[in-house]
Amino acid sequence: MEYTLRVGGEAGQGLQTIGGALAQVFSKIGFHVFTHQDYMSRVRGGHNFYQIRFSEKEISASRDMVDILLALDLDTIEIHRKSVRDEGFILYDSEITKKKFEEPEFIDIPFKKIALDVGKKSVMANTVATGAALGILDLGLETFRNVLKKAFEKKGDEVIQGNIACAEAGYNYARKNCPRCEAPEIREPENRGLMLIDGVNAIGMGALMSGCKFYSGYPMTPSTGILNYMASRAEEYNLVVEQVEDEISAINMAIGASFAGVRAMTGTSGGGFALMVEGLSLAGMTETPIVIAEMQRPGPATGLPTRTEQADLLFVLYAAHGEFPRVIFEPGDPKQAFYLTNKAFELAEKYQIPVFIQSDQYLGDTEWTYEKFDLENIIYNDYRLREKDLEGVEVYKRFKYSSTGISLLAVPGEAGKHLVVVDSDEHDEEGHIIEDSETRIKMVQKRMLKKLPLIKKEIDPPLLYGDSSPKIVLVGRGSTYGVIKEVVDTISKDHKVAMMHFSQVYPLPERDKFDYIELLENADLTICIENTATGQFAKLMRAETGFEFTHQILRYDGRPFTIENLKEELHAYI
Amino acid sequence: MPTSEDYKGQVPAWCPGCGNFNILSTVKQALVELGIEPWEVLMVSGIGQSGKLPHYMKCHTFNGLHGRTLPVATAAKLANHSLHVIAVAGDGDCYGEGGNHFLHAIRRNPNITLLVHDNQIYGLTKGQASPTTAQGTHTKIQPYGVLEEPLNPLALAISQDCSFVARGFAGDQSYLKELLKAAISHKGFSLLDILQPCVTFNKINTFRWYRDRVYKLEEEYDPYNRLKAFERSLEWGDRIPNGIFYKSERETLEEGIPTIQEEPLVRQKFSIEDVKHEIDKFY
Repeated sequence: MEYTLRVGGEAGQGLQTIGGALAQVFSKIGFHVFTHQDYMSRVRGGHNFYQIRFSEKEISASRDMVDILLALDLDTIEIHRKSVRDEGFILYDSEITKKKFEEPEFIDIPFKKIALDVGKKSVMANTVATGAALGILDLGLETFRNVLKKAFEKKGDEVIQGNIACAEAGYNYARKNCPRCEAPEIREPENRGLMLIDGVNAIGMGALMSGCKFYSGYPMTPSTGILNYMASRAEEYNLVVEQVEDEISAINMAIGASFAGVRAMTGTSGGGFALMVEGLSLAGMTETPIVIAEMQRPGPATGLPTRTEQADLLFVLYAAHGEFPRVIFEPGDPKQAFYLTNKAFELAEKYQIPVFIQSDQYLGDTEWTYEKFDLENIIYNDYRLREKDLEGVEVYKRFKYSSTGISLLAVPGEAGKHLVVVDSDEHDEEGHIIEDSETRIKMVQKRMLKKLPLIKKEIDPPLLYGDSSPKIVLVGRGSTYGVIKEVVDTISKDHKVAMMHFSQVYPLPERDKFDYIELLENADLTICIENTATGQFAKLMRAETGFEFTHQILRYDGRPFTIENLKEELHAYI
Repeated sequence: MPTSEDYKGQVPAWCPGCGNFNILSTVKQALVELGIEPWEVLMVSGIGQSGKLPHYMKCHTFNGLHGRTLPVATAAKLANHSLHVIAVAGDGDCYGEGGNHFLHAIRRNPNITLLVHDNQIYGLTKGQASPTTAQGTHTKIQPYGVLEEPLNPLALAISQDCSFVARGFAGDQSYLKELLKAAISHKGFSLLDILQPCVTFNKINTFRWYRDRVYKLEEEYDPYNRLKAFERSLEWGDRIPNGIFYKSERETLEEGIPTIQEEPLVRQKFSIEDVKHEIDKFY
């Protein structure tokens, strides 16, 4: 059993409210949920939609075809009518669309009139519509009532009761006026209550649980969600969150806070990251740990501000002048985003390097359901020296040479009388400016050459899903994880097929634990699937390992792959 | 009590006769007289001859990028407001490359001190015009003379209600020391613009040129009068006033953040057990 609902309308009509509420209802009942959003770069008007797929079994991607279309305007009907399955429904309000549809899939529900009659406020039309969608599914209203109570807790009892009455009226209207839906008989799952989380919140929560205490950022879609999350948790968890004048300031502040002794993070998208590049090399030179979330959207320049792409990989990989180690993670789902953010903080602190969580609009906004994240797996090691940690040390040198390249990281002012000296110029062990070639060589070896092999050992091999000795391998990284996984499920009956997914993309994992190159070489077809026009990961693989994929499937229209569209693309090869 | 010797760092690599030497010794004296120990001080600098100053002292030092002094200093202060944070910059560094950060540091009002070594020229890159170079000055890059109006840092800061605005002269160390002590002791963002002749590249604004012109603001001058302060900040030419032009009592950035009132952020212990319940919000 699975259903897909699409809520469409103009920006400002409350799509997120309706979509978000439905996603919560389904996940609280215990269904697996997958949502994604498609919106324009405008505050009012235009055309946007919010799609919710729910199922009894685990799901990880969106479909093109929908079972229920909830249309808040006429455009939605015109744009999405063809995506509605034969047995599906279109819910609309002919008073709003100013047009009546007689076909059997249309159900005309006076959202606005009911809202005014029952709730005395037209704004409650959204609640009526949500109630009506639940009515078509015959799922009952118990969970939705609780969602409304929580959502309007601060607005008081009157608002709550008005919304509940509107939900009931919408629900009953849909049940009475739905001649084709006698009894959809949706069986409610046994284990109730799954957690529902999207990519940006997962990154934010990952940072919070990694001891991140300082976040600086400049608002930029699609990274703003992380800034919002951190700010919303600042009071409860004693964080300092600063909205800065530009991204240059954002990364320099993160570096300043980290230098002063707290775990710090910044986030942005490609255009903002372009401004951070100078600061990135400062982190590299000063060996200051920082975590940077780079949430991709299509470029160049302002590009498609609210759409998705994976085309910043090589930019982030090669950004900044000079040579220094960095790590790039590309989580495939919110759960990976959570754990990899935690690992990012661990590696950043342990090796005193910048670490990237690179994701995109698609994963940032998509909500997934999970049983529960295992918090026992969270890593937290405080590598900084404070209070008595330096008591036996006569002279503290911030950049002291060592066999691992890692020097002790003292907290200025919190480690007795020891002084911490840091410089963006090349420097000696104490941190003071030098220009001699001997010290330069030793510092490059310390900073870069000694640390890099150790960092490489920390990188996990790619995930193999499906056949263990596949003839066809679909390779992805980052947010294509979910859709490739579902496609593997659907075609594995007829083919020896597997997905190879990289979430730790740089440095590429070593081959001693799992020789993924050998596995690829033994397959007949190796297809690299990416949201880029030039296949950046395929280039990286070729440059680092010499391996060349037999084919590539690339999508660069600003939209994510869907199950149907990826299957169709695969038909050209299998 | 600290002594000037405690603050002694590396041997400076400035040109002989540079105004920076005077600033360096005055900064040390001011800190000594205020009774501040080297491990209680964080000096953050950018790039330029001024940027090297922290290396010639003994204290915590972050010598970062050109123009980026203030974001680093502000965040370090937010992370540990028990440190005395002093930002050191040059006129090109702070008013050119770092202009945006300068404006926003004034708005934020962190309790840090900004010292600008204002020599009206780019020294380290060998003699190009800076934002404060006088109009008409000829350089290799400005063969027709500088076409732009010079930036007036004091007037700009006062117009933005900067909480402490002062000007000193590297050739008058005893008065500079008083201004430094006042700036460091002031609660809020304090700007001290220091006239510091570049003996190599600026042949106009020499020690002599300044000695003939600088004078102290009158004893009865009221630094809390913003309009008057703005008026006096426009004085430049035959007579150049020094002193504290403007002061205002504003809440500092750190005071506005409730989460760091009891303890500096850096001293707050983190335990995963304290944040685990966060996950319940996603059910």
